[in-house]
Formats: sequence, structure tokens, C-alpha cells
Amino acid sequence: MSQRVLMKGNEALAEAAIRAGCHHFFGYPITPQNEIVAYMSKRLPKIEGACFLQAESEIAAINMLLGASAAGARVMTSSSSPGISLKTEGISYIAGSDLPVVVVNTQRAGPGLGGIQPSQADYWQATKAPGHGDLRVLVFAPCSVQEMVDMVTTAFDMADKYRMPAIILADGMLGQMMEAVTLPEDRGRQANNKEWATNGHAGENRNIINSLYINPDELEKIIRDRFARYAEIEAKHTQHEEYALEDADIVVTAYGASARVAKAAVRDARAKGIKAGFIRPITLWPFPKEAYAKAANTARSFLCVEMSMGQMVDDVRLAISSKVPVHFYGRPGGIVPAPEEVLAEIEKIAGGMN
Amino acid sequence: MTTVFERPKSLTATPNTYCPGCTHGIIHRLVAQAIDGLDMQAKTVGVAPVGCAVFAYNFFNCDMVQAPHGRAPAVATGIKRVTPDNLVFTYQGDGDLAAIGTAETIHAAARGENITVIFVNNAIYGMTGGQMAPTTLANQVTQTSPFGRDIKSAGSPIRICEMLSTLDGVAYAERVSVDSVPNIRKAAKAICKAFEIQKAGKGFTIIELLSTCPTNWGLSPVESLDWLRENMMPYYPLGVFKDIDGGKDNG
Ligand SMILES: Cc1ncc(C[n+]2csc(CCOP(=O)(O)OP(=O)(O)O)c2C)c(N)n1
Ligand code: SF4
Repeated sequence: MSQRVLMKGNEALAEAAIRAGCHHFFGYPITPQNEIVAYMSKRLPKIEGACFLQAESEIAAINMLLGASAAGARVMTSSSSPGISLKTEGISYIAGSDLPVVVVNTQRAGPGLGGIQPSQADYWQATKAPGHGDLRVLVFAPCSVQEMVDMVTTAFDMADKYRMPAIILADGMLGQMMEAVTLPEDRGRQANNKEWATNGHAGENRNIINSLYINPDELEKIIRDRFARYAEIEAKHTQHEEYALEDADIVVTAYGASARVAKAAVRDARAKGIKAGFIRPITLWPFPKEAYAKAANTARSFLCVEMSMGQMVDDVRLAISSKVPVHFYGRPGGIVPAPEEVLAEIEKIAGGMN
Repeated sequence: MTTVFERPKSLTATPNTYCPGCTHGIIHRLVAQAIDGLDMQAKTVGVAPVGCAVFAYNFFNCDMVQAPHGRAPAVATGIKRVTPDNLVFTYQGDGDLAAIGTAETIHAAARGENITVIFVNNAIYGMTGGQMAPTTLANQVTQTSPFGRDIKSAGSPIRICEMLSTLDGVAYAERVSVDSVPNIRKAAKAICKAFEIQKAGKGFTIIELLSTCPTNWGLSPVESLDWLRENMMPYYPLGVFKDIDGGKDNG
């Protein structure tokens, strides 16, 4: 049965993953995602046949995912920015081997060791280069504890269906904050009946999980087939939220934690008589290009708000082919912008338009 | 008619990609025979490395996973934790196991991960054209040690079995060689023993095999076998370094 509880984002996500049938978890400590690893270390040993393992590094953890996924299990790891950098090698091999896994990034500020406060500076990494090579991964951007819970289930189902990695791009704020959530029913371990899994076959029936294709013609074909799958996902599974767009002159856009702030600012702007609207991508890949293109037919300008120096803003400009100006407001380094700051930006743009 | 010699069931009919005279081929056969001997072909999952054995997934006739360079023990850990009743082995060269994958090797061993590591030590990076490996001997000339391995700068070669045998998680560690028929027989026994220990769930097992790389050593296959005996064996003594079943310690 589903259940209503008050929970921290990280812990709610971990519980939801278990209820989605993920009984194998491999992780490594890093702030601000430690609650996920700690939660898994408490819960999984009590489930028969489940496995929690604290790996020696993020590199080892992601490769344990590769092995566990190859053997047919639903499997997850979580980390934060510096740790995700170490996982990119494995994510590339997993994508190249057509394996389903879920990776959580509770983003903190970078570059380098950066800081431990919430950030959105890994947008480029998640959506453009989550590993070397021609590849895509599903990227989900929750903006509430409830979405952390709901998205982890969707991420597993989509990763399985399309045999590819999924990233949940959260941040330290969502991971640490407490909200009331409805937890889904426990689905139990998913049957290990993937016909491609390397879980024991001989001779002609044997399975091979591999990303190496020495013949360029063969590799080109495999990559093109994979991109055909990506195109299907773009057509069927792009998700976004919109608010007050009908008559909007200024479209404010943001994802994740900064979207909560941006939406509040849009409401305040409306109260002041400014025609502001709002778009929030729920999937960052695939990116809701059409929603932006449509809004650009009527809006006079856009404002992209991020906890970074501006990364998603590139995609917004591309989506509308720079038809109208796209302004940017960002706070890097681990600072969450306040609604008043965003409202002031909206007012500045509105003033300039008169 | 009696069959006196045939291909093990656990090897495919695919011609291998190793250079003439390379002992990787012998080692493949020994591993396949050991799998057949335990009647585990349909319950074995192998992990191929990055190195000359990268195509091992084409040669072993069982489920196979190809791992990133050095990460085979982590990949094998993931497989084994999901399917603990399957026989899981990695097949790795010295660059893969003792350089880029050192952390994965040591921690899989320290956890007593119930897998078997087949470690092919040929004192060089074969696949990339003969560069210095962590196991390259002092003064040995390679593409990246053109004046011979300088111990002052590059350090001394690592003796993996000796190092790993200090870890409690290691159930069995033996170094063997495939330079002669008697040694090949001993190597075959060692691999069987490691697989049996894994089947009994007793912990991490590693068989290190001294192997040749005629191509990058710049020697004929026969000269290579002599070079292995004269140069590798004194530095890498053969023997059992760890046996939790009470075998002798340290060779
Ligand atoms: C991350 C990464 N770095 C480097 C390489 C290039 N590379 C391929 S094989 C290899 C060394 C293989 O040597 P070894 O493990 O000793 O195996 P051998 O070929 O001798 O059997 C290297 C460095 C790679 N494929 N991936
Ligand atoms: S390069 Fe060396 S190790 Fe590789 S196949 Fe040839 S002889 Fe064997």
C-alpha cells in the first residue's frame, strides 16, 4: 500500500528505489548524498538476497553496477559531483553495453572539490558529456521530495525498457530537505528474466555484454540503431511543467531546486501585473524543446534561472533558435537564489520592454 | 574410436587472435578445461579485460562481460553479488590488474570476494605495443623504458601474489608458469583448485601465470620460453603463497 510520511529527500529516494525493486546498491560516501548510502546500508541487509556494498571508490561502484546489471539485477548508485566525474568512464561503458542502471547525482558546487552546498553546475556533464563517445542518458530533474520518489521508479522502468543509464539530477537542497511524501507500494524484487543477461548460459545460448566493435561499419550501425531508440524517447517521453504561459510576455524557466524559487517569483510578478509565465523541464534529456519553441511564438523574452553560471540557458537559446532574447540569472558556488532576486530580474526585463 | 584430444566444450571454435607462440592461448585452454572439469559451462560468467585478451568473450564458450581497463574485479563483484551460485572469473593482464586496476584488485581480494582471478603476467603491455608494465623487470628494455627499467625512477616490479597473500580475504594464491609441459600440468591443477575453492564459497582466489610475449619481447617463441625461465622465474618464484585449506605458505 502507498504510505504518506515526512522524509528527507535523500532517504525518501532510497526507500522509493527499494520499493521499485532495486535490491542491489553500490556506493561511496560523499556529502551531500550520504543519507542515501546510509539508508541503503540499513535497509538492504534485512532483505533476503539483497546487497549493499560500500565500494573502494566511485569508479569501483559504477563498475559493480555494470556487472550487477549485466547479471540482470535492478541496480543503483548515488554520489555527488566530484564522485560523478569518476563514474563517467563506467557510464560510457554501460551506455555502450546497452545496460540499464540508475545513477543519482545530488549536485554540489564545483569545479574541483568546490563546496558542499547545493548547486546545478553539472547540467552540462549530465546532458552533454556523461562519458566519452556518442551517447545519451536519461536525465530526470526532480524539484520536490515527492518527485525524487516518483522519478526513481520511472527512471528504473525507462532504463530497463530502453536498456540505457538514467541519471537523477538532484541537488543538495532537495537531498537534505524534509517534505511530506506519498511512498509507492513495494513492488518487490523484479524477476531476473532479461533474456540478454549474463547469468549462466552455455554454447549457442550464451550472452555477451560488450562495448567493443573493432569494425567501424559495425560500430556505426550499432550507434545509429541506438540513436533511433533515443529519437523514440525524445518523441514519447519528454516531460515538462508550464504555468501562466497563455499571455506571457516574459517566460521564466528553471529546473530542480531553482525552479521552486523561479515559480514563486513568477507568481509575485503576476501579482504586480507583469505578464510572466513559467516552463520547468522535468526531463533534461530529452529536453522539452517544443514547449520553448511554442512559447517563443508569443513571448517577448525569456529568463533562465540556474544555480550556476549558465548551462541550461544554452539549450533554451537553441530550442527557440534565438528568436527572442534569453536573459540569464544565476548564483554559482552553492548559493540558492531568493525569489526577490529573481523578481527583481523579471521587473528589470519588463521595464526594458516598455 | 576413442577421442584422444578435443577442444574443451568451454572454448568456442573461433580461431584466437593471439600472436604465434603467445602463451595466452594455452592459458585459455587450461581455464576452459577447468570449467568443463567441474561441469560448470552453463553456470560460468567470465570477465574479459582490456589488453590482448580483450576478445576473450569470443573464445570462452560461456556468458562473458567485457570490462573497462582494470575494472574486471569490480565488474565480477557486481555479477557475483547478483548470482552467487555462478562461477565468476576475471582474465587479466599485468597492466590491467597491477597498474590501472590496482585498487579494484586489492579491494576485491580484501573483501574476500568469492571470485577467481586469472592473472597473466608477461612483464609487458602487449596490446598497446610493448610498453613498461608494473611487472617489467629491472633493466628490461621496453618501448617506454628504452634504456632498461630504471629502478630509481620507475621503482621495482610488483609481486602480486606475495602482496595479496597478506590479506585475510584471500583464500588461495598461487604462481605458476606455462613454459613447459610439467609446469602447464601444475597450472591446470592450480586453476581447478581455485575454481573448487570458489565453488565452496571460501573467498578470493588468484592464479598468476608467467606468460610470454614473443612479439614485444622481440624474441622467437622458443627464445621467449628460455627468457621467461632465466629472467622471470628468479624474480617471480613459483609456488603457493596462500591456501586457507592448510597448504604450505610462501612457496
Ligand atoms: C582507460 C584506458 N587507458 C589505456 C588504454 C590502452 N590500453 C589498452 S590495453 C593496455 C595495456 C594492456 O596490457 P596488459 O594488461 O599487460 O595485457 P596484455 O596486452 O599484455 O595481455 C592499455 C594501456 C585503455 N584501453 N583504456
Ligand atoms: S602482443 Fe604479446 S601478449 Fe599480445 S598476443 Fe602478441 S605475443 Fe601475446
